[in-house]
Amino acid sequence: MSSVLLIARREFYAYLRSPLGSSIIAAALVIDGLWFHLQGMSRPMLSAEVLQEFFNGASGTTMGAAIVLSMRLLAEERQTNTFTLLNTAPVRDVEIVLGKFLSAFSVIALMTALTIYMPLLILVNGKVSWGQVGVGYLGLLLLGAAATSIGLFGSALARSQVIAAVIGTAILVVMLLLWLVARAVEPPLNTFIARLALHHENFRPFMQGILELRGVVYYVSISYFFLLAATKTLEARRWR
Amino acid sequence: MIEIQDLYKYYGERRVVGPLSAKIEKGEIIGLLGLNGAGKTTTLRVLACDLLPTSGTVRVGGFDVVEQPHEVRGKVGYLPDRPPLYDDMTVHEYLGYAARLRRVRPNDVEKRVSEVEGMTELGDVRRQLVGTLSHGYRQRLGIAQAIVHRPDFVVLDEPIGGLDPIQIVEMRGLVRGLRGEHTVVVSSHILHEISETCDRIFVIQNGEILWSGREADLSTQVEKGMRIRVTGRVAGTAPEAAGERLAALLIAVPGVRAVEPRDATESGEGIASVEVAAESDVRDALCRALVTADAAVLEVSRLRDLETTFRALLEGSTS
Repeated sequence: MSSVLLIARREFYAYLRSPLGSSIIAAALVIDGLWFHLQGMSRPMLSAEVLQEFFNGASGTTMGAAIVLSMRLLAEERQTNTFTLLNTAPVRDVEIVLGKFLSAFSVIALMTALTIYMPLLILVNGKVSWGQVGVGYLGLLLLGAAATSIGLFGSALARSQVIAAVIGTAILVVMLLLWLVARAVEPPLNTFIARLALHHENFRPFMQGILELRGVVYYVSISYFFLLAATKTLEARRWR
Repeated sequence: MIEIQDLYKYYGERRVVGPLSAKIEKGEIIGLLGLNGAGKTTTLRVLACDLLPTSGTVRVGGFDVVEQPHEVRGKVGYLPDRPPLYDDMTVHEYLGYAARLRRVRPNDVEKRVSEVEGMTELGDVRRQLVGTLSHGYRQRLGIAQAIVHRPDFVVLDEPIGGLDPIQIVEMRGLVRGLRGEHTVVVSSHILHEISETCDRIFVIQNGEILWSGREADLSTQVEKGMRIRVTGRVAGTAPEAAGERLAALLIAVPGVRAVEPRDATESGEGIASVEVAAESDVRDALCRALVTADAAVLEVSRLRDLETTFRALLEGSTS
């Protein structure tokens, strides 16, 4: 088994063994369920609109869960000194980062999969486009991957989990609010900045069931950038 | 072999280690002795590739820690001062994880984990969660993870820290048991502990090697000699007269500077004890002198006050 999968498996079981993983999944499902009920089921709407609202709400819980799940990944290891085991094993820093990322992303994927009953509920009184469902879930996973990599970067920077969460949240919020910044900026920069926003222009097409390559490339690039930054942070720490 | 050449390590502007040069031969057990903050842990972390040096060359088993860290990590087993243990795993799971992480072949993992559980006497707790282990067991598990991949070099940072006297004796045996198969570097701030376990000692202060050699040489060089207690029996004499007779015999031995009477360590007719201050190890000559004069030799033992010796060494360096 490769080091990446070995680390990912250990961390994934650590989530399942501790109350953290199950309580985050439970909390996210409760919030998703309430949102789905209040926004999607309380007034007459088209099925596609209900589905759109569901993905909108789920994107928020996905980002929140990703930050909380990833804050511990490296910061906790340093707090408890277990990072020394990884740091002195013949494992590359990039393998450590990818293993950690994969474990938290697996929990996000599991959490996302457990929400499938909500789109299915629409079938009781309406019709759903499976294309919209598939693209929406792809968007949730891509957004989850990007938010997890942002949280992991925060965890690489900090020694305390709380600080890691604060850093991760701060980056996430700034990236979410870029669409507001774009409004205050003159063309042509406004379009460029709006395209950098984590949710607004990049996630909406996924909610509507529109699969655009640029959205996929955006989220993959964000994930790659922050995973690379986390890896470089670990490498730099060896010199300190 | 471990070769360290002009190693320096700075934390910001502060020099923690350096200049430090040393050579450690294969199969040796080396003790790194120094007070807290002397630079022991930083040196060990560099050897284990946990930390990179600011300058200088460190080669472990022929591999450079900066250029070939991956190869070095495969050859080194490291126990930091706080063992890196996952409390949510069982002992057996944890060792399996450490073994796989350190590239033990998948087919050999179970066998090797069982072996180290046996060596470190962890068999009874193999199904127990690491978080529920006592301090002594945690230290043993720390050593087990450091040797699970049969490394050529084992680096142990304060392995006896916080252990009770019985656990210390067990840990000492465990470290001695590594001799032969592994080259071991162990740190401590307790001279007695190092002298019981190690072949050679490096005394470190302010990040530099202050002194290196065998523990016996440390005493003779620093104290400028050796103190020896001799208990003998001179038949047909009272204790006071026996003491005087012993002193007269021993002061004539070449290399003896002074002989002082002491309370006899045994009671009996004609038995007396003296303390001999000698320039070097003259125990053979003392025995011969007594036997030649028909006095029975009941005890010839070197008096060691290691902590005083260590202090004298450190004070000598600062004066």
